[in-house]
Amino acid sequence: MELFTNQILAGIATGAIYACMALAVVMIYQAIDHLNFAQGEMAMFSTFISWQLMQWGLPYWVAFVLTLALSFAGGIAIERLLFRPLAKAPILTNVAGFIALYAIINSVAGLIWDFTIKQYPTPFGSSPFLGSQLISTHQAGMIGVTLLLLVLLYLFFQYTRVGLAMRAAALNPESARLVGINTSWMIALGWGMAAAIGSIAGMMIAPVVFLEPNMMLGVLIYGFAAAVLGGLTSPFGAVIGGFLVGIFENLAGTYIPGVGNELKLPIALALIITVLVVKPAGLFGRPTVKRV
Amino acid sequence: MTTMLNVRDLRAYYGQIQALHGLDFDLNEGSLTTLLGANGAGKTTTLRAICNMIRSTGAIEFDGATLAGRSTENIVRLGIAHVPQGRGTFTTMSVEENLQLGAISRKDKAGIVSDIERMYDHFPVLKARHTQQAGTLSGGEQQMLAVARALMLRPRLMLLDEPSFGLAPLIVRDLFKILGKINREDKVTILVVEQNAQLALELADQAYVIETGRIVMSGSATEIANNEDIRKSYLGY
Repeated sequence: MELFTNQILAGIATGAIYACMALAVVMIYQAIDHLNFAQGEMAMFSTFISWQLMQWGLPYWVAFVLTLALSFAGGIAIERLLFRPLAKAPILTNVAGFIALYAIINSVAGLIWDFTIKQYPTPFGSSPFLGSQLISTHQAGMIGVTLLLLVLLYLFFQYTRVGLAMRAAALNPESARLVGINTSWMIALGWGMAAAIGSIAGMMIAPVVFLEPNMMLGVLIYGFAAAVLGGLTSPFGAVIGGFLVGIFENLAGTYIPGVGNELKLPIALALIITVLVVKPAGLFGRPTVKRV
Repeated sequence: MTTMLNVRDLRAYYGQIQALHGLDFDLNEGSLTTLLGANGAGKTTTLRAICNMIRSTGAIEFDGATLAGRSTENIVRLGIAHVPQGRGTFTTMSVEENLQLGAISRKDKAGIVSDIERMYDHFPVLKARHTQQAGTLSGGEQQMLAVARALMLRPRLMLLDEPSFGLAPLIVRDLFKILGKINREDKVTILVVEQNAQLALELADQAYVIETGRIVMSGSATEIANNEDIRKSYLGY
């Protein structure tokens, strides 16, 4: 029983990271209707920046906040330079753009920081949380940071004018323009926020998976699984999906014989396919109806 | 009387197809003008061209400012509210959020709050449903909401695209009464595009008739209503 509880709690902790990634993916999907395959690499690059800042002697939380700001600006820059010109291009052009971005960021990170694995600090320590053996303080910290982020995002979207404008631009772009909203900037803002949210996921998971240019590959696939499970049109669903996928991954790894660590990734992919076949809109998404 | 909107040689295109072939018309400040025409005549296209939602050439001047080269959202911010065909409701948001969105370009918080109250006076049904998801309102209620959302901009000019579409006759009467009241009391210049020519001519003081992308007749609403050809083609008697 203790093993079971332990696996559930550990699942919730990694699920928190998947939830962040899923949230970042959904944010961009809502804005431009495409999946950002480079989301994980953007998060990895942000994490390297924070690591570099700490190497230069900045304290953790200063580096954390600076990285958020830089990632936000970087996300906006990527949208303005690369994806705004592609806004009316066919879907495959966009996919090519995402893959190019993926490869470029991955190689540039390798070029600057090389491919050796680096230790990454945790601000929460890694002793047992509240004296219990179930989860570590870092895992508890990951859950706490994610929940705080969710509350802040909820308040932002529900109670600020910019949040209202962003929701309107995603829901009905034409109507949004007709009330005077600059929808193009709302998309850029969505990219900035997605990049910042992704950077949080990167900085939280780095102490667990260690820092290197390919660290986010698996995390992003789980993030996609979470987003698909929760519904690509629902930020709330993406978060729930993240926690569910985290728990599912851990339980499958522990209790299904032969799965272990090696087969964890195929499980995420199997989950994506199952959801797409059984309930394409996800648990909380709304099916899109198009007139033809 | 001063001219509020001045349109010269307006041509608009959907891809290779030309939809408007050089329209000229004026809207006087404080007037209520209707643009009549059959399906596909170019009524909606005209409204969309004014707000730069479609590729067009020609000169459009609003209150002295030229609209060419401005984005839709900038044109709206000059004080032109556009109630699109299909009402443009933000369906998953509440009625009140829809109204707040109408005023999203304004900065005066107190004014926005009092304007929302004013809209609830104009349209009591919206007050009763202010927390409800806008997509669950009936067609008539959504049209009321669309007009109210447009008014939240405090527009100087309001463009309405077939407000009567899909509504029961009694509701159309109500809506048109409210439009007349807005025009008189709030001094909003209105251009309304309609297929329901009879009602539109009762309401309007000026009218233009458009056929296959060209204006074929213009005059006061009474003149147009009494014109033999118009009576036969649009009023059906």
